[in-house]
Amino acid sequence: MRSLPKYAALLILAAASRAATQVSWPTLTKPASAQSAPDADGFIQRWLLLEPIPVKGLGDAAVQAAVHKEYFPGQFTVIPHDADKVTVDNAPLTWYAVDTKLYNVNLYHFAHALRKPTSDVLFWAVTIVNCPREMSGVRLAIGSNSASVWWVNGQEVIGIYGDRQTVIDDGVSKRLTLRKGPNVVRAAVINGGGATDFCARFLDAADKPLKGFTVSLSEIHE
Amino acid sequence: MKYGLFAILLLCSSIAFALDGHLVIHDPSTVVSCDGKLYTYGTGGSSLVSDDGWTWRSGTALPRRGLAPDVIHLGDRYYVYVAANIGAQPKAAVNMIWSKTLDPSSPDYKWEEGGVVASSDGIEDSNAIDPGVFLDPTDGRLWLTYGSYFGYIRLVELDPKTGKRVNDNDKPHDLAINCEASDMMYHDGWYYLLATHGSCCRGADSGYNIRVGRSRKVTGPFLDADGIDMIQGGGKLLIGSGGRLIGPGHFGLLDLGDGVQKFSLHWEADLDRGGASVLDIRPLLWKDGWPVAGENLKEGTYAIESVRTGTVLELAVEGMPVGGPRQRPRPGGMFAGTGVAIPPQDAAQVSAKWPPGNIEPRMANYLCQAQQKWTVTAVPNVGGYPGSPYFKIAIAGTDRALAATTDAELVVLPAFTGAPEQLWRIDQLADGSWRISPKSVPNSSKPLALSAVGSSFATLSEFDPKSDKQRWLFKTP
Repeated sequence: MRSLPKYAALLILAAASRAATQVSWPTLTKPASAQSAPDADGFIQRWLLLEPIPVKGLGDAAVQAAVHKEYFPGQFTVIPHDADKVTVDNAPLTWYAVDTKLYNVNLYHFAHALRKPTSDVLFWAVTIVNCPREMSGVRLAIGSNSASVWWVNGQEVIGIYGDRQTVIDDGVSKRLTLRKGPNVVRAAVINGGGATDFCARFLDAADKPLKGFTVSLSEIHE
Repeated sequence: MKYGLFAILLLCSSIAFALDGHLVIHDPSTVVSCDGKLYTYGTGGSSLVSDDGWTWRSGTALPRRGLAPDVIHLGDRYYVYVAANIGAQPKAAVNMIWSKTLDPSSPDYKWEEGGVVASSDGIEDSNAIDPGVFLDPTDGRLWLTYGSYFGYIRLVELDPKTGKRVNDNDKPHDLAINCEASDMMYHDGWYYLLATHGSCCRGADSGYNIRVGRSRKVTGPFLDADGIDMIQGGGKLLIGSGGRLIGPGHFGLLDLGDGVQKFSLHWEADLDRGGASVLDIRPLLWKDGWPVAGENLKEGTYAIESVRTGTVLELAVEGMPVGGPRQRPRPGGMFAGTGVAIPPQDAAQVSAKWPPGNIEPRMANYLCQAQQKWTVTAVPNVGGYPGSPYFKIAIAGTDRALAATTDAELVVLPAFTGAPEQLWRIDQLADGSWRISPKSVPNSSKPLALSAVGSSFATLSEFDPKSDKQRWLFKTP
């Protein structure tokens, strides 16, 4: 096959990049503002999602092994930006900033629209919760399809395992303290097959939805 | 060795008795609290006292001895109503005495005579014994029921400021017949008249049983669930003889707050205690507007299910399907099963991969797996609470014990040591579910209860009687 001229290859790459960033999801949109508030029930709707990574297994041990394997540098510390790329097993994967229109983030919509696999995959998700003051005695409360492991400010706080559907407040952390300013929430959701999604919110000391914070995809210091 | 085994069996079986310690009493009064102790008084000067409601000992006799006293705490006084026959039945009188304390070691322990508040002349259709005193929570009026098998159970009004009869000339209200040991309580817009039917004082041959009717008015009529007036002999059964306990009588309400109610009674004969008449305390449940006698938790192996979520408490370890992973393809098709019963899964089969140290509990769908079965065992010599001893809750077949942590969360320890945070109080609630509370939580003075938070996790939090979060079911696995 005749090789393409150099400028033609660049045009194709640029078009592919636009296609990646302008993909249309049924329930996800591109964030249009720097910060958002949780929805009326406290659900966090703004996330950075990484394209799926192939993995196998939903049991406790398999999930723990999958999420603690290093796929890319800074996996547990990086705060990515929209369109950032990482390489996993020689495959380039892109981070996408999204807002969900619903209480949950539909990962099937996310990956399917990108023509990526939705079964036997791991999704990384990151968001930043900005608190106007220290908030103690709160809990992260999540649901996921299927297994998932969650970190708040680098501390692993929830692990739920097995083939399961997303149920609001399925997995709930122990009481924790959100510090004043940015708090990083990170998740790894593993799907076996079929639909896949997650939802997340914080609960206050009375197990009511926590509000009074904002969500952003970069650290905001006031 | 033989005797050692016998001693162990005796120890284990003793916790199945009604309460613990010295329990012999007949016609016990309502159990009342005074300065951290619980007191009850019976016929003939008998008295029992307890520090926790589980272990009882002999108390100090009242200065006025008689038949079937009842006691109530109003303001700074404890009023005791005690009856005595005057010659032959049914000539009798109910006397009142009062003291500022029930604690004989207190300088305030001094009984004053309050006089006769009800009587029967030996001719009228009444026998003025077995008083039951009731404070109406809706209006603060104080009432006394009394009577035995000679004629009617009657009601007179007392003065809550003095404990005395409001008006000696007021005609008593006739409420019931063919019973004795009456008492009253109020619940959700209804007045309930509790009374004991059947024969008394015949040991293991006693037919005593406690029955109830209800009315919208304190003065009756009190109808049973079939609409039969108690004044015509009606009465819905609250509790009768059961197991090796014969002849329950003399209901007394013990309201512990937060919707947790229990009741005191005596058994005419506890066959495991030589047929003695003994005190007991049982949970009081409610169903369709009627009180129901509950059961104190029995030792056993259970799945502990959250009423809120339907998931069960388990050790947070990876489960193994009972019978092993499903084989595919399976002869006979994927839904055919193996054709033989699958044996139970126990910890010995699957625990080799469990971490040796602390493991967190969590909740999951019930799958009959080893990490979901908890053995609940009464712990001797560590006290208890009204009706029950403290329990150890451990994964069946192991010593891995549920415990409270310093941050009011939960952990399963590798071994039980008997520390207070490993001891559990298990109270049956009005709907038949259970509240599970640690004896103590390190660094916390708040009473906390096991609580479902989300579908898959449990924690400790303050009990909310309006929520299902802290309601649990003990199911046979």
